Amino acid sequence: MAEKTPLYEAHVALDGKIVDFAGFLLPVQYPTGVIREHMAVREKAGLFDVSHMGEVTFKGPDALKNLNYIFTNDYTNLKEGRVRYGIMCYEDGGCVDDLIVYRRGEEDFFVVVNAANRHKDVAWIRDHLQGDVVFEDVSDQYAQLALQGPLSGDILSQYTELPQKYYSFIDTEICGKKVILSQTGYTGSYGFEIYCRPEDAVFLWETILKDERVIPCGLGARDTLRLEAGMPLYGHEMDATVSPLETGLDFGVKLNKEFIGREGMLARTNRHRIGIKITGRGIAREHYDVYIGDEKIGHVTSGTHCPYLGGAYAMALTDQAYEPGTIVQVEVRGRRIEGVVTELPFYKK
Amino acid sequence: MKTPVELKYAKTHEWVRFTSDTECEVGLTDYAQDALGDLVFVNLPEPDAEAVKGETICDVESVKAVSDVYAPVSGTVTEVNEELLDAPEKINEDPYGAWLFRLSDVSDADELLDAEAYEKHCEEEGN
Repeated sequence: MAEKTPLYEAHVALDGKIVDFAGFLLPVQYPTGVIREHMAVREKAGLFDVSHMGEVTFKGPDALKNLNYIFTNDYTNLKEGRVRYGIMCYEDGGCVDDLIVYRRGEEDFFVVVNAANRHKDVAWIRDHLQGDVVFEDVSDQYAQLALQGPLSGDILSQYTELPQKYYSFIDTEICGKKVILSQTGYTGSYGFEIYCRPEDAVFLWETILKDERVIPCGLGARDTLRLEAGMPLYGHEMDATVSPLETGLDFGVKLNKEFIGREGMLARTNRHRIGIKITGRGIAREHYDVYIGDEKIGHVTSGTHCPYLGGAYAMALTDQAYEPGTIVQVEVRGRRIEGVVTELPFYKK
Repeated sequence: MKTPVELKYAKTHEWVRFTSDTECEVGLTDYAQDALGDLVFVNLPEPDAEAVKGETICDVESVKAVSDVYAPVSGTVTEVNEELLDAPEKINEDPYGAWLFRLSDVSDADELLDAEAYEKHCEEEGN
């Protein structure tokens, strides 16, 4: 039985098309449609319900040590009030999940994980904790909204001060409701994520939507936006069979420290994540095979039409790196269409 | 949902507009375009292609997914609406104006639904 977020009734009232995503009933789009929702985020502002995301905390003298051992990134020099990306790996280097870490204090960390992986993540972390640390799954204590788009700062500044730097956060209030407000997101546009108490979610949602410059956006636009911005999604660009190095997340892996999966990922193949701009007629979608001539070089991990760039784009996992400009073919339902290897991200603000 | 009474419909959500006893235009219904969402690509049949009732004749792609279009009747493709190649959104904006292809030598049209029966079919499918 799928769970409802605190905003479920609000989505239904707005005529959102509700789907079961990662065990949560969420809108894939509103009557405005994916393309307009996507464009709103690139040009103005869009509001998403991302309450399905999981949140966990690490507290205590050994909290940092555990993060640095269980996650691939190094959080030693992460300042209070700042956010840093990371990945959690199996011993063989495959990905358990990817996540972002908020440092709330010297010994106090707030970690956001993918909804679909939450229970698996919690079990994996519990199995690998060591020393003096208190680990807790606090997902049920938080709802989350994402306000994304170039106007999102103007809109929120009517109610609160803002975290000024990308990947920073503050504890603040919006109309008397306590929130964690971070300058983060999963769209490639300027924007903010707001963590609040579940009982305040509807109030905050309605307050922000009062501003006519904002429209509500669903999971469909969230996916096209992150693809256009070249951002990997767990279950597509990475999973238990793919290492973060293979999928191009080297920036989130610090090999000069010990962590779970380090040796495993170093022993792996030379696979690579590439971006492809489709130049032929058609749309490359997940699982479609990618060729150079007769040789199969990999498969598409995500692909669709990108509304802002106005064309079909895809990410693919290939047997090795390919230079931008390399011509490839994607097999689309029995026919081959041409594409060109293109640097990621496709869209950059 | 709009369902013009002068058209005929297939259960697979194509509409058929007869322009003579043996010729027709085919498009996607309002119900279909709404269910598919924003269309971003249309892969039209080749002119002269044989349409066989109930079989895939071409496909359309929304942001979300690719969907087959089924021939609502049998016949021969005489013309395709090339305007849609660069403007697939016309199917969302004007589903009954945006025909996909024209057929001649039409046969197997007996099972097409009228507007009322099609609306009932959509209602049942939606439940």
